[in-house]
Amino acid sequence: MNKPEPGKLLRPQRKLRDGVHVAKVTLAHGGGGKAMRDLIDDVFVSAFDNPVLAPLEDQARISLADLALHGDRLAFTSDSFVVDPLEFPGGDIGKLAICGTVNDLAVGGAKPLYLSCSAIIEEGVEVDLLRKLARSMAEAAAAAGVAIVTGDTKVVGHGSCDKLFINTAGVGVIRAGIDLGAHRAEPGDAILVNGLLGDHGAAILAARGDLRLETRIESDCAPLNGLIDALLDACPEVKFIRDATRGGLATVLNEIAEASGVGVEIDENALPLRAEVAGFCEILGLDPLYLANEGKIVVVAPAAVAEKARAALTAHPLGRESAIIGLVTDGPAGRASMRTKFGGKRVVDMLVGEQLPRIC
Amino acid sequence: MKYVDEFRDPERAAVLIAAIGDLARSLDRARERPLHIMEVCGGHTHTIFRYGIANMLPAEIELVHGPGCPVCVLPMGRVDDCVAIAEAPGVIFATFGDAMRVPGSRKSLLQAKAEGADVRMVYSPLDALALAHENPQREVVFFGLGFETTMPSTAFTVLQAEAEGVRNFSLFCNHITIVPTMKAILDSPDLELDGFLGPGHVSMVTGTRPYEFIARDYYRPLVVAGFEPLDILHSLWLVLKQIVEGRCEIENQYGRVAPRDGNSAAQDAIGKVFELREFFEWRGLGSIDHSGVRMREAYAAYDAERKFAIPALHVADPKSCQCGEVLKGAIKPWQCKLFGAGCAPETPLGALMVSSEGACAAYYQYGDLEGLRAKRAANAA
Repeated sequence: MNKPEPGKLLRPQRKLRDGVHVAKVTLAHGGGGKAMRDLIDDVFVSAFDNPVLAPLEDQARISLADLALHGDRLAFTSDSFVVDPLEFPGGDIGKLAICGTVNDLAVGGAKPLYLSCSAIIEEGVEVDLLRKLARSMAEAAAAAGVAIVTGDTKVVGHGSCDKLFINTAGVGVIRAGIDLGAHRAEPGDAILVNGLLGDHGAAILAARGDLRLETRIESDCAPLNGLIDALLDACPEVKFIRDATRGGLATVLNEIAEASGVGVEIDENALPLRAEVAGFCEILGLDPLYLANEGKIVVVAPAAVAEKARAALTAHPLGRESAIIGLVTDGPAGRASMRTKFGGKRVVDMLVGEQLPRIC
Repeated sequence: MKYVDEFRDPERAAVLIAAIGDLARSLDRARERPLHIMEVCGGHTHTIFRYGIANMLPAEIELVHGPGCPVCVLPMGRVDDCVAIAEAPGVIFATFGDAMRVPGSRKSLLQAKAEGADVRMVYSPLDALALAHENPQREVVFFGLGFETTMPSTAFTVLQAEAEGVRNFSLFCNHITIVPTMKAILDSPDLELDGFLGPGHVSMVTGTRPYEFIARDYYRPLVVAGFEPLDILHSLWLVLKQIVEGRCEIENQYGRVAPRDGNSAAQDAIGKVFELREFFEWRGLGSIDHSGVRMREAYAAYDAERKFAIPALHVADPKSCQCGEVLKGAIKPWQCKLFGAGCAPETPLGALMVSSEGACAAYYQYGDLEGLRAKRAANAA
């Protein structure tokens, strides 16, 4: 079987049905009959169009030999997206659903290849909005070089879900010789991020509108597999990469400290932070260390290659503002701390609850 | 950020730290035991931890984190009352977000919401009044909480509801007032406090006169302090200077926001809507005379305590809870038997672990315990 060529539209083997002629989704579109086929063809199949999806069997069929060309281990992940609002500055739930799963594969050193897309739709949602979100998924998939090869659609009654929830699962292949893990940090290692922190969390909160704050902050939602490829090409010594999504930078730092039994210390002066985001947090009493990102990774690299890693990140369009923000210390084990700009030192703990609900 | 970064300048901080150290070391008293300075307000506690100020101070000074976190000191019985109101048919219960997680004896508002109660998070009491306009068939109850800082906005909202003739809005009043509680702390026999950083935003409303008895009757200096890290250091320096010079006065470091006489329009609104209760219960401190307010008879139509059958049951604090001793400066948070052993931010038992502004939660989340213990050991040696 051919490898999909994302971005290139191929005609499916089955003729697409006529399409949906009503403005809003009804329970009939989830009934398993013609209306459902109309919706799937009109909204999803036409947007995702690729040869693995085209037969529309109950499963995508992928050649093992093709997979093996990319590395020696399969990576498999799943993520669900319930962001509110569905569209926000810098992205929408469709783009987020692709980038989130692509990034979860890429941070493990995998080349993301195939994704599934399952949509749970609340009756009453505009079909045009679904078309737009599906196109956004297709664009994000093309940008990330992955294909959406299988999926599912359910429609639920009013109030049973909030407009639209999407689950994407993804498979990728981990390149040989790469073994990234949170347990590998050792005292002396450097900690890096690939740019400005907290944009996604701030953009979502502002987009909800209930704070009546106007900002120009856009979500940083982006597929990071290209950036991570460039990093690992230049710096195969990198020990650990994780995307700093829910819970923000602070959560990843704690995960490193806990898994490796080390201390982690960052320098507030080194943190890349947009002035607007800093101001936004100031007004609302939020801490940017805990704000979600959808296009930022935290990297642990041996000190000897830290500068090389930073240079590799900075050379990529999604890493222009990369910085070395701190280092791994010998203790206290499990504890992340920060030298404050003010000259003090504070602990950076995990959040107990959610700083903000439904950000991804 | 202009007009903010100026108050966070590390160079100025270094100058103040050095000056504070010089003053502290000139005191014979400070060689016997560290000076205990209480920051009354939860907002100060937050700044101190967020910027790592405690570890910057010389060993001769220890900060004691005060009772000024209204979410923390809310007793379990009142949370139970909130849940009972929120679960009443037809009610929309509107609350500030940080009160959602406070545990009651059975459940928190967050749990009540998960079980189906209509609990909404608002950013202002006016948002709750707007909910009442949008839902004329429902009764909207606003959970009024906080010191004099938040009292005026609640009072003005009640006055506006009356002016607009809104009938489906009421207030569950849990507003408290800080001065009687400071007095209760000052009256305790095991008190070990040498001075105070006074509340800044309460003083913006009340002015600085209500604290005068602290200097006059208890011979303790108090400096009304702002909330930026340099405000805290500057105020500490002012307190120490008083101690070194043998003065006990009420000084105002936060004059840019808090005038000596406070805000008379805010005071009028408070006086119109609220009156002192005979007593009010504080989590960790017990019942304190005249430390809370309720709505006046004239606003009974907007008083949730009169509109709803409220259980109003007293729920005792856990027996081994030592919040009171922490508040008086007698022990440090980590010296409490329950700290981290049963009492943690996920499962708070005592008041001070409840909100991120509570002293124990702040230690738990931000505190460099190892550093502080080392400092204390060095001081004892």
